[in-house]
Amino acid sequence: MNIVNILEEIEKVDGEIYERLNPRRAAMKSFFNMGKKISLAAMPLALGSMFQKAYGQTALPAAVVDVLNFALSLEYLEYHFYNHCIVGKTPGSAVTDVTFNFPNAASQAAITTIRDHEKAHVDLLVGALGSSARAPIAYADTDFRAGGAFATVYSDYNTFLAVAQGFEDTGVRAYKGQAGNLLVSPGVLQTALQIHSVEARHASHIRQMRTAAGTTVYKPWVSLGASGQANDSGVAAVDAVYAGEDLTVQAGANIVGIGGNAGITKAVAVESFDEPLDKASVITIANLFLRDGKKL
Amino acid sequence: MKHNELETKNELQEKSLFDKTVGRRSFLQYAGAGAAGIALVAAGCKKDRGYENPTMNGGVTLDFKDDFGVLNYAYALEQLEAAFYVKVASAPPAAFTTAQKAYFQDIQFHEIAHREFFKAALGTAAIGSLEVDFSSIDFTSASSVLGAAMAFEDLGVSAYNGAGPRIKNGTYLLLAGKIVSVEARHAAYVRDLISNGSFADLNSLASLGANNSAGLDAALTPDKVLTAAQKYIKTKINVINL
Repeated sequence: MNIVNILEEIEKVDGEIYERLNPRRAAMKSFFNMGKKISLAAMPLALGSMFQKAYGQTALPAAVVDVLNFALSLEYLEYHFYNHCIVGKTPGSAVTDVTFNFPNAASQAAITTIRDHEKAHVDLLVGALGSSARAPIAYADTDFRAGGAFATVYSDYNTFLAVAQGFEDTGVRAYKGQAGNLLVSPGVLQTALQIHSVEARHASHIRQMRTAAGTTVYKPWVSLGASGQANDSGVAAVDAVYAGEDLTVQAGANIVGIGGNAGITKAVAVESFDEPLDKASVITIANLFLRDGKKL
Repeated sequence: MKHNELETKNELQEKSLFDKTVGRRSFLQYAGAGAAGIALVAAGCKKDRGYENPTMNGGVTLDFKDDFGVLNYAYALEQLEAAFYVKVASAPPAAFTTAQKAYFQDIQFHEIAHREFFKAALGTAAIGSLEVDFSSIDFTSASSVLGAAMAFEDLGVSAYNGAGPRIKNGTYLLLAGKIVSVEARHAAYVRDLISNGSFADLNSLASLGANNSAGLDAALTPDKVLTAAQKYIKTKINVINL
């Protein structure tokens, strides 16, 4: 799902990963300077070369490969979710189980934009892993109906959007939680942050698409639910996605009414700060959408 | 240019400066001796808020030698954003719909919350209040306001993304991360108002450091961000140790 997770996981199996990545300050500086000069499109290659430098010319340790491939698994999952609903609408496609129609060209274009970004993130990881990349997760490995919890995800546009909102808001949270582990590697952190805010843009738009498609209003930012609960999506099945999003104290400062501003209500305080999500929780959510035997 | 809301806030904040708690100290203790030095300088010229360095007359100084410089940089940008949205929310363009008015009021409060949070977190190390210059914005025109809002939000995202790797403390980095995704949500919303579907048009953000083919959002170094923001800020901002 993201670069940040990857290094954190590598650290668990290889405590010296950061030293490997950053043996000499000067070496890393030259690497990141090079990164500025090369096209950002070549970033997957650059990342790949970084890991090669970290571990030398030998093959990546199996445990590290596992970690990188885990992140790649999550990216595949996101990509397939969107891609399936687009190829299913393409004449001649073998896909037949998507029965809803996008309400207009704009909505299909937006999902295509998001799909393309997720694909770009997949490519980034595949580039980093090189020949050690796991076999691509096939669409057949996924279950976006989540065992029946979202049975109408391919027949009901609103259900599709509800699940999409869950995916994007989870993505934003998953990235955020691991940023601290990249402090020692500014170049990779930079890339991770740039992916993170793209996910937030996606989340904002998906929420607007949901509003446009139905009668309920979903704010572009994560707010409080109708009953004041953390989950504002209106879908109880995704409570785990929003657990802890209703924090109102940041670094010891109570945001409600801060600075004497009565306008900073609890809802505003919640909306003003997005919260991180730990890796175990992300896995639990991701596994809902993978078939038995394919779960992470 | 006077803004009643800002002026009122400043008085409250000045008062709160003298009521710093132990909790605040522990939040800031990471910075150690360096921070104490800054705090002392700031405390020495409390009556001249905004004069971080007395030799730099009338301006504020962002010293990027440590995390306080980065946090003050964020604080400066949040001041700018908050001042803009306070003005929009107090007198929205007539063409704004009810929903737009409500969301711009939300955004206003988000930015005030961000500004006040940094102010509180920085305590005596905080730079003074910036004087803004919005003379280039026609606040009666929806397109002018939306265009400025988009510029502020996209620039804000690029600023946080570009400054993130400069932060040394994980707690601060996470806090910046909690805010930048909210700014990105604002940016996407405003962009969609201007042109539906442009929420994450990374090609249009290339000049801010985005790359569409890699799926990467904007990221700019502080000097570039401040150059872009300059036209909206009257206060002279000195940047050192970048």
